[in-house]
Amino acid sequence: MTTTLQTAPPPSRTAVDGLTTNPYGLTPEQFEQLGTELDAIRSRVLADRGQRDADYIRGVIRAQRGLEVAGRGLLWAGVFPPAWVAGTAALSLSKILDNMEIGHNVMHGQYEWMNDPKLSGKQFEWDTACPADQWRHSHNYMHHTHTNIVGKDRDIGYGVLRMSEEQEWKPYYLGNPLWATLLATFFEYGVALHDLEVERIAEGEITLADKRELLRGIATKVRGQALKDYVLFPALSGPLFVFPLAGNATANIVRNLWSFTIIFCGHFPEGTHEFSEEETANETRGQWYHRQLLGSANLSGNRLFHILAGNLSFQIEHHLFPDLPANRYGEISVEVREICERYGLPYNVGPLHRQFGSVVKKIGRLALPDSPGTLVRGLGGAAARASGKLLGLGKRSVLALK
Amino acid sequence: MPKLAIRPRLRLLEAAATPHGLDSYLEQVDPLLVLGECRAEVVAVERGTEESVTLTLRPNRAWKGFRAGQFVNVAVEIDGVRHQRCYSPACAEGRGGAVEITTKRHPEGLVSSFLVERAEPGMVVGLSPAEGDFQLPDPRPDSILLIGGGSGITPLMAILRTLFAEGYERPVALLYYAPDADRCIYREELERLTAAHPNFQLRRSYTRAPATGELDGHFSPAHLPQADPDFTAAETFACGPPALLDAVRGTWANGLEQRLHVESFVPPTFVPVGEPGEGAISFADSGVEVANTGESLLAQAEAAGLSPEYGCRMGICHTCTCRKRSGTHKNLLTGEVSSAPDEEIQLCVSAALGDLTVEL
Repeated sequence: MTTTLQTAPPPSRTAVDGLTTNPYGLTPEQFEQLGTELDAIRSRVLADRGQRDADYIRGVIRAQRGLEVAGRGLLWAGVFPPAWVAGTAALSLSKILDNMEIGHNVMHGQYEWMNDPKLSGKQFEWDTACPADQWRHSHNYMHHTHTNIVGKDRDIGYGVLRMSEEQEWKPYYLGNPLWATLLATFFEYGVALHDLEVERIAEGEITLADKRELLRGIATKVRGQALKDYVLFPALSGPLFVFPLAGNATANIVRNLWSFTIIFCGHFPEGTHEFSEEETANETRGQWYHRQLLGSANLSGNRLFHILAGNLSFQIEHHLFPDLPANRYGEISVEVREICERYGLPYNVGPLHRQFGSVVKKIGRLALPDSPGTLVRGLGGAAARASGKLLGLGKRSVLALK
Repeated sequence: MPKLAIRPRLRLLEAAATPHGLDSYLEQVDPLLVLGECRAEVVAVERGTEESVTLTLRPNRAWKGFRAGQFVNVAVEIDGVRHQRCYSPACAEGRGGAVEITTKRHPEGLVSSFLVERAEPGMVVGLSPAEGDFQLPDPRPDSILLIGGGSGITPLMAILRTLFAEGYERPVALLYYAPDADRCIYREELERLTAAHPNFQLRRSYTRAPATGELDGHFSPAHLPQADPDFTAAETFACGPPALLDAVRGTWANGLEQRLHVESFVPPTFVPVGEPGEGAISFADSGVEVANTGESLLAQAEAAGLSPEYGCRMGICHTCTCRKRSGTHKNLLTGEVSSAPDEEIQLCVSAALGDLTVEL
């Protein structure tokens, strides 16, 4: 079993806003050197990409297509319980492979060097509700560039959860565990609505009209996905349509729960760091690498587990080198870990149950404010607003009461 | 019409295969089954001289055929990377059947070396629709003069084979320039054709073996009177290296140009690598060309008034990825230099070394 390396004292949280960019006290020279060492790994792998990486991704695609055809075939005869169970399992695996090891990685441009239009990051589309082009913006650019910067990285809570102490507590967050369960179950739609910035719409900063183009893209994608999973394939079974329908819905949800679990284990387990906009404004390449290292956490497991996790179980390596072929992450993790040890930096890794357990704990803990006083004030404010509405008072007068 | 009956069913199948498309499932069964992409299987490999190989390709259903003289892009995968090169089929046109291409090994030619060494029956290659205005016109001209140099004979061979397959009986001549008799591609077949068709005249010049062919030396206007038909009346097709074509163009002046069709046939040469601040950058889709300042292509595109998509501006997110058509670029992060044509590059971390064309 692997354990979290703690070669350095726990991070100091003495900075005024609770965030610090350099908790392990690296010198500017060390940052520079860290950047150089990690760049060297990247260059070496880039130069070494070749047939085996091409064979790998094509092999995964082949397995995914096979599982999908088998799953849909079995679900066609889903009236027989064993066929339904096997079909749903195969289709779930197919969707997991499609989203995690194929879609996510191909869209990062990891296989662009192959010059195959079907593996081009900019053209790839995946089997989920989120349109690929919107994902490329919210994930490849926003999340990977601004990783764990509170206020910039919308993956912190997806706009609906409180996943960091730095997010100001509101009574709404009392529902954190419930919202998280809903988000996990319908994760593909949560991801699809990512760029919609629902919280900004709720706050009145922007309106739905500002996002018309985006919504149109989502509607087209969701329509195609729903037509396939909830109309066409069920229709093939005629009067027994309910079996494939239920199987397809189950497979989508299994995929949702799995991808939510893996993705939330990437940045939210205990020990991962968050950063502030101000402190990361002018970071060097070395500091950028350092932020990626501290903001990410790995999962330990066997080869099959890593493949099903889309190699996001090597979240640290993925965040250092988002466009290296994912099948290389395991190999370079040995070197990355050794580098961390030398620089006295933590290399956050643990088995799924422990990492996810700490995420669940965090979801629960952050449902409540840091101090009981905030809770009372927050609830009081909410009660006042509610009663204000009841009394027919406008927002303005409630503010005046405060 | 059976096609109409199939279409709605295909649309349903495509909807069921969303988002990857039907072809991505069909190709798992057999790469040639795809409907929307032309591919071909290598069915025969003939290694002629030690440095050349002739491949017979059998295209799938997506292939629309070619006209004699046209070229196709053939794509092969070498060490995981797809490379594309153009070749002129040498076989007779029509019939939708096999396509024959010949390639000669070039010292810098990755694809030609690969095909010469490793092509074998059963291999599947990508095939583009046929392109090029250099083609045998319909109806067939009254007399035809063909001028070829080196590998440039392949489209001319397609023209000759097409003509004789159709029973063409009017005058046709070929002036062919090769280094020596051993490197005269299709020598036996050409001699056979000469014997079989009295209306065909073969005039060869072996430029490195004087006095062994019907002609001597590189192309000169003095060679023309030795061929029937008369070059001023014939429809002329010339294909070969640039020097040959320049000499031919110089001769076909004063109104004769209309009867001259040329196709340059240049072996893939190493792209000259310039300095960071040298050359010009051409943004092909916008028709903008600027002098290369050596900065990142993204910065230069923006300075030129274009607004390419971008994200991180540090080589992470691949939002600004575009296709480079030609030229040499340097990756500013890794220092890696690449001259490969048709390559996806990240504008924000790529700088041009000399002339470069990018699809933007």
